[in-house]
Amino acid sequence: MSTHTYELLSNRAVATAGVVYFLALLSHLVEWSALIGRRRTDPDVVEERELVGAGGPAPDAELVEAQDTDDRSERVAMFGRLGYLLTCIAALAHATAVVSRGLAAGRVPWGNMYEFTVTGTCVVAVAYVVLYRRLKLSWMAPAVVAFVMVFLMVGVLALYTPVEPLTEALNSYWLVIHVFAASLATGAFTLGGIASIIYLVKRRYPEAASGWMSRVPSLASLDRTAYRIHAFGFVLWTFAVLITGPIWAHQAWGSYWNWDPKEVWAFITWVVYAGYLHARATAGWKGRNAAILAIVGLATLWFNFIGINYFSTTSQHSYASLPSQAPAIVEAPLSAGTVTA
Amino acid sequence: MSEPVRETPREMSARELARWSWRQLTSMRTALILLLLLAIAAVPGSLIPQENLDSVKVSNWQDAHTTLTPIYRRLGLFDVYGAPWFAAIYVLLMVSLIGCIIPRLFVYWRGLRAQPPAAPRNLLRMPDAISYTTSESVADVVARANAVLSRKRYRLRGGTGRVASASERIETVGEVAAEKGYLREAGNLLFHCAVIVVLVGFAVGSLFGYKGGVIVLVGDQYGFSNELTQYDDFAPGSLFQPDQLNWFDLHIHDFHVDWLTSGPRQGMAKGFRSDVEYQDGPDSPTKTYDLAVNHPLEIGGTEVFLIGHGYAPVVTVRDGKGDIVASGPQTFLPENQSFLSFGVIKPAAGDISAQGLFYPAEVTLGGQPQNITGDIGDKSAAMLSLQVWKGDNGLQDSEQSVYTLDTSRMTKVNDTGGRAFNLRVGQTAKLPNGLGTITFDDVVRWNKLQISQTPFKHVALGGVTLALLGLMGSLFIRPRRVWVRARETAGGTLVEVAVLDRSGNDEVDAVVSGLVAQLQGREVEELT
Repeated sequence: MSTHTYELLSNRAVATAGVVYFLALLSHLVEWSALIGRRRTDPDVVEERELVGAGGPAPDAELVEAQDTDDRSERVAMFGRLGYLLTCIAALAHATAVVSRGLAAGRVPWGNMYEFTVTGTCVVAVAYVVLYRRLKLSWMAPAVVAFVMVFLMVGVLALYTPVEPLTEALNSYWLVIHVFAASLATGAFTLGGIASIIYLVKRRYPEAASGWMSRVPSLASLDRTAYRIHAFGFVLWTFAVLITGPIWAHQAWGSYWNWDPKEVWAFITWVVYAGYLHARATAGWKGRNAAILAIVGLATLWFNFIGINYFSTTSQHSYASLPSQAPAIVEAPLSAGTVTA
Repeated sequence: MSEPVRETPREMSARELARWSWRQLTSMRTALILLLLLAIAAVPGSLIPQENLDSVKVSNWQDAHTTLTPIYRRLGLFDVYGAPWFAAIYVLLMVSLIGCIIPRLFVYWRGLRAQPPAAPRNLLRMPDAISYTTSESVADVVARANAVLSRKRYRLRGGTGRVASASERIETVGEVAAEKGYLREAGNLLFHCAVIVVLVGFAVGSLFGYKGGVIVLVGDQYGFSNELTQYDDFAPGSLFQPDQLNWFDLHIHDFHVDWLTSGPRQGMAKGFRSDVEYQDGPDSPTKTYDLAVNHPLEIGGTEVFLIGHGYAPVVTVRDGKGDIVASGPQTFLPENQSFLSFGVIKPAAGDISAQGLFYPAEVTLGGQPQNITGDIGDKSAAMLSLQVWKGDNGLQDSEQSVYTLDTSRMTKVNDTGGRAFNLRVGQTAKLPNGLGTITFDDVVRWNKLQISQTPFKHVALGGVTLALLGLMGSLFIRPRRVWVRARETAGGTLVEVAVLDRSGNDEVDAVVSGLVAQLQGREVEELT
């Protein structure tokens, strides 16, 4: 296949993934809406250890109602499985889009903001699909699918760029390692952030017996899940930001740490997540405040990726200390739209 | 303290105050707040132009914000990462970190040699405990607990696993105390120590290092010697000594660019390579090097990076009498990706100056000159479009940028049509009223080199790598204590198992039930 066909394939696959994610989201919404007003007696809830009808034997008069409950829980289970299956299909199409984009460009598919968005959301989706059973993430489903779908669509609608070669400075195998680690970390932080957001919501309804909060695991378990995902993301982020980033920056720009806006925000993200890890071990900061810190960290992460390009007043070509209108060979990746540093 | 009679609250003595402050500073809460302060303090530097990144942008910003500038300047907001208040935060953080780490090192050292603590009296009061009754004897249970736990590489408390016989106590009791995951705290300590190493390496590197930039014309007749006066810009660390500059001499023999000839970025430059020839000592032989992006040249601790390139039209300016007032390559700075470049010609003598655009490959579309690519090819499409000014160009007055022309004391010289003077290579423009001539002789290329010394960079890199290892240890190793107690009762042997997760992040109940299953001899998948 030619470069062009790969590019077309990638675009089609992104569109397909978008549609299937939407269907998956619908399916999960049906699943969750069926939960509303329903007692917490659903046998398919994996993390639920109580037996069905824990409230004691139902009197005859309630048999009809119990029958109804059974139907509903079947519906819940079916739409839950359907949603997961659709998410798997969508993630597969999504991964196809990423791979064919790479084949079209003849390089790793994270050279600009569009590609990074597609790859980053793909990491979130694949991580979710893979960890679904292990970490029992069914309660996260609508949030993750909605997130992936929205960001993928934002990428397609606002950031799309045709396949183009990389600027010289980005043409390094450090790009492969550095950006790959950064996008994995971004995926992990995003999943962890979603867990922390749900943690905060759950705090308000800790004893919810019906509705979708009843599906969500206990506060302690949510907190642990969030921590595990964050810890994994933090190690990757450290590797990406504080090891491969400086090495690459030194090779390309002659200076391993420059306080460039991208670097500054990557550093801020790192510090905030370091704060999160400390907060979990500090009296008075556990739980709520730690979760808030995790969400702040997520905000800085995505701000660095998208926002800083619009807010920063510092030259995009600042690595060359020529007057700012001069495009040096070595562009800060801001202009190329890659998340670095 | 010696006077317990005085009940009234007294003021803290200086010593107590110091102790109290030290304890506050080294507390986890303070460290956390300092961390968050550091994150907040780093923000303005990404939003306000910074001197160390782009001084031109800073002065433009300052011109545009005359009220804010003095306030910002006083607060050091144009150099946030060198500002005292920023330094105060990270110095405090470091002190807090050291104050936190040192006692923990001692605690860890003692803990490493200590036995796992004995079982608490009432195991079932622990949050994660379970009990069951078995027909096996106490000794068998204890022996199996010993085997299971040591297979899982737990450290066992010495003397446990022994069964106290009925004569010593009223009933036969055996217990096992075990602990594992000691490396978690080691990783934690390693991480924090490594952070200090990184900061020290980074700080020392920026104190003794320097970063300079120079534009070098391509050609054997041009070149660069590593002396302070040769740099266009030079940013030394505060402890930098000029004698750190090691002797070398280089010139750029040739420069190659791959231009994109198709695709959406057609006409842009892609690959760059400079054939550099250099000597690292006055008597050393000349060496060659392919200098490219991501491929720096290292000469005895100094590194040379290729970070930019452009065109320098060679121009000769003659005054009305035909005397040459300026001659040679004039560096023009690229304005966009296709290397449409802007530059200034400011002869020190005479009263003619010029500024204008250089088009590497010009075509006229609809009467307007357009640049189509940065590839100059055979130079036949190259064009220099100049506006000529007459009067005092201010070069004698003061320091000013060689890339701008102050026309406040000058008048514009127009050619007959009121348009700019457009010249191809080899052409000469005759200025009206016998002012003189400007000849566009040729074009040469230039390279922007960054030359820098970054001492101790390997210290910083090694530190970060150690920090990462320590971090992984501190996050992924699960420290826990396990106690098993078996006691003979009327209904058989009562076994109590308790697990204490010391990290707070463990799935403890799974560990407890797995352990119980193994003690009961049931086959279960191995739990970590």
